[in-house]
Amino acid sequence: MNLQMTFARYTERTAFERPLTSGVAYAVRVLHSEREQFEKHQGWTIKRMDTLEKNPVHKDDYNPDLFEPSPIQEEYAPVIFAQDIISHVISIDLLSGKEDRENVLRARRSGKGVLTAPFPLLKTNRLGVILTFAVYKRDLPSNATPNERIQATNGYLGGVFDVESLVEKLLQQLASKQKILVNVLDTTNQSYPISMYGSNASDDGLELVSHLNFGDPFRKHEMRCRFKQKPPWPWLAITTSIGILVIALLVGHIFHATVNRIAKVEDDCHKMMELKKQAEAADVAKSQFLATVSHEIRTPMNGVLGMLHMLMDTDLDVTQLDYVRTAQASGKALVALINEVLDQAKIESGKLELEEVQFDLRAVLDDVLSLFSGKAQDKGVELAVFISDRVPEMLIGDPGRFRQIITNLMGNSIKFTEKGHIHVTVHLVEEVIDSIEVETEFSSNNTLSGFPVADRRQSWKGFRTFSQEGSIHPFSDSINIIVSVEDTGEGIPIEAQSRVFTPFMQVGPSISRTHGGTGIGLSISKCLVNLMKGEIGFVSIPKIGSTFTFTAVFTSGSSSSKEYKSQQINNQTNSVSSEFRGKRALVVDPRSVRAKVSRYHIQRLGIHVEVVSDWKQGLSSISRGSSAFNMVLIEQEVWDQDLNGSAHFIDNLEKIAITTPKVFLLSNSISSSRANTTTSGVCNLTVIPKPLRASMLAASLQRAMGDGNKGNPRNGEVPSLSLRNLLLGRKILIVDDNNVNLKVAAGALRKYGADVVSASRGMEAIELLTPPHRFDACFMDIQMPEMDGFEATRRIRDSEQNINDRIHFGELSVETYNNISNWHVPILAMTADVIQATHEACLRCGMDGYVSKPFEAEQLYREVSRFFH
Amino acid sequence: MLGSGADRLRADVNRLLAFLFHQGILDEQFLQLQQLQDESSPNFVSQVVNIYFQESEKLLRNLRSLLMERKLSDYKNIGIHINQLMGSSSSIGAKRVRNVCVAFRAASDQNNRTGCLRVLEVLEHDYCFLKNKLHELFQIEQQRILAGGVGYPMQN
Repeated sequence: MNLQMTFARYTERTAFERPLTSGVAYAVRVLHSEREQFEKHQGWTIKRMDTLEKNPVHKDDYNPDLFEPSPIQEEYAPVIFAQDIISHVISIDLLSGKEDRENVLRARRSGKGVLTAPFPLLKTNRLGVILTFAVYKRDLPSNATPNERIQATNGYLGGVFDVESLVEKLLQQLASKQKILVNVLDTTNQSYPISMYGSNASDDGLELVSHLNFGDPFRKHEMRCRFKQKPPWPWLAITTSIGILVIALLVGHIFHATVNRIAKVEDDCHKMMELKKQAEAADVAKSQFLATVSHEIRTPMNGVLGMLHMLMDTDLDVTQLDYVRTAQASGKALVALINEVLDQAKIESGKLELEEVQFDLRAVLDDVLSLFSGKAQDKGVELAVFISDRVPEMLIGDPGRFRQIITNLMGNSIKFTEKGHIHVTVHLVEEVIDSIEVETEFSSNNTLSGFPVADRRQSWKGFRTFSQEGSIHPFSDSINIIVSVEDTGEGIPIEAQSRVFTPFMQVGPSISRTHGGTGIGLSISKCLVNLMKGEIGFVSIPKIGSTFTFTAVFTSGSSSSKEYKSQQINNQTNSVSSEFRGKRALVVDPRSVRAKVSRYHIQRLGIHVEVVSDWKQGLSSISRGSSAFNMVLIEQEVWDQDLNGSAHFIDNLEKIAITTPKVFLLSNSISSSRANTTTSGVCNLTVIPKPLRASMLAASLQRAMGDGNKGNPRNGEVPSLSLRNLLLGRKILIVDDNNVNLKVAAGALRKYGADVVSASRGMEAIELLTPPHRFDACFMDIQMPEMDGFEATRRIRDSEQNINDRIHFGELSVETYNNISNWHVPILAMTADVIQATHEACLRCGMDGYVSKPFEAEQLYREVSRFFH
Repeated sequence: MLGSGADRLRADVNRLLAFLFHQGILDEQFLQLQQLQDESSPNFVSQVVNIYFQESEKLLRNLRSLLMERKLSDYKNIGIHINQLMGSSSSIGAKRVRNVCVAFRAASDQNNRTGCLRVLEVLEHDYCFLKNKLHELFQIEQQRILAGGVGYPMQN
């Protein structure tokens, strides 16, 4: 017992050196012969272990005394010493336990430490292994035989390894016990590994297997470690992938949304286009409707007007006549309105096309001037036109539309002007841009009537033509003209100026009541100007006046336009009258702008003009002059200002001059000048009424100068004279199915000296006009039964073309065709309809122009003069 | 004696012309026509007017028969006839006839048969009136030429 105490205390004290063993015990080898003595000595019997193994007991009721004494064996190995914790194994025979016996036997045979297979320990019943060393009585050589070892064996030292607590202790050191699940297995028998530690949870492959070596080569152990919990989800990867997924989804969504949106926008765009097309179509339809309806209204309106006219000729009392007059005036206003609407509609529907015909700008302006002269005289407003010498005589463009613009602007001016003047000037754009003359002329109050005006330079400020130098067409035959209409009217209110060119917009409702009009004119003018590749602008100062300016591009009418100076005057004299050429005139006028206008008109007659500003200068230039003046033209203002001076002048005139010049008074209104003439008592004074224009001026001069008053004084004597010049000896074919018309037309042309041939059917005309022939021109009625004028003309042109081609290719000799290689007989349409459309149709089928029926001398002259020179 | 007779006739011519102008039966085109008459064609006016009478009577006859047809009238043909009449009327300066033609054309454009008939009546009446007056004029002219054989009244 003492020894036991010592052993126990010692082992207890040195337990820290064997942290893995739960207890140590020592057993001695006792042979059966020594048993009795041994048992006596010890005081207990050797107990066997195997029953214990067969009937395992609960550790609570463990009682070593219950062990049966060991049966008789050859030898025994009872435990004599044991650590306190396992003191219960004292007296138990190790050889009686199956595991222990084997262990003991192996240990003493090999002389090395030997491990048991894991087995449930006594008492604790926990799984454990026992390491057994044999203790020999003496030192044995390392090569000692097993038998020698057995003989030398004294006892056995065993250490109990409680695997569970061992591993737990180990894992405590690893400090990850909670997370790692460890199984320790005895794999000595490969197919039946014995679990030494850890639950037998199903393994999921995520194991780390490591071999354990407890120093016994016979036994093999391994430790399998795995995570206690299922392997944790790879959160980062998951979140990343989820994030990526989400981003991808979002991007996808954005793409989808974008694509959808694009599709939608495209769809909308298509719809818009569709709507736009519809709207445009509707707009065109509207314009077409307007055009059609206006046209349709015009026709019955003519009937209404005609009937009203007839009604006026019947016996009516004063009231009835008044009614009819009102009705007629309204009807006329309606027709005028319809015409304007028709124009607007035509422009909007793009139907309006400009003509390309040769025309005389000066003649157009003369026409317009005469149109307004009555009104201007009534109002006492001075009217004047000035056209720069540099503007060519003949231009190619649309005279009708040009005239319309001018008429419109002048009409407006005259409507709103009560005093002062209306001054139309025409220049070339180049001239205006670089001429200093125009600039300086404008510097003072030097205007036509002396009233201040709105500076017309302001009106073209915004024009593109002026802003860019290069825009002036470099082509020599393109003529860029600029026209200003300047008035001294009431001006346009500032707030209304922005919408001047908007259709149907007038300054205010009161305006249309006081002045009438549709308010469409300026809008049409703007459109027309645009069609002429020009611009329109204006400047207006209330109470002072307005100036409208527009540009238009025409082409030069005659190739010789560059030598315009001499050429032009010659043409002019030819066309108006040749009788004044070379004569000299003196104009007395202190105001240079007005003098310029007078000079322009007088020069058109081929008269040489000198301008002086007062009587004195006039007298001196007359006395000094090498050649005599044939006429003196005095501005009425000069005359009225100083009646004495004028009387003196007239007196002196007769004395100084070699041949007394005729004296004319340039007067704005006929009545007042007449009165003055009588008071001044000068007899040989002729009044020339303004506005000045070549034809009228020529007539006045002619009358006064007493040069042959031949021809008929009634109407257009000048054209009739020159018509005779033009038509004399010309062979002309007239085609008309109406015998009366034929007769009248033939009579008219014959009167002008033409050699007239008549035909009553289109076929006849074609036969007569098949080259070679000797006709100089053909007048063709349009409306003929069987074959109308268009068709006949088309066929004549075809046959001419055919023959021209054949002559050109030498198939026909020029000699047989009167040496003319390019046949083209001028064909003029005769029609009672003066509708634009008809005119266009005429030109389309190859006609050269048209004249209205019955012939009107001036128009006839205009048309014919284009072909006969 | 002869001279004064010529003068009287000349005054008659002028009075008649003034009346015709004032009533709007003739217009200045008639004067133009008279100016076309000179030594080379002394009877120009009466020639033309006679042709006018022939043509117009034919046209008026045709117009009446066209309008009198039971069935649907041939408005296109009517239009051609009216245009003819209108053209020749304006050529000789028969202003009123021409104006009635305008109304006639308006009615025929609308296919208004009753309107056409009414206007046709006016037209026939006006035409007859014109014819009578012009005959009267020519008679006086004739007498005047026989009496004096001098220039034309308008050639003053």
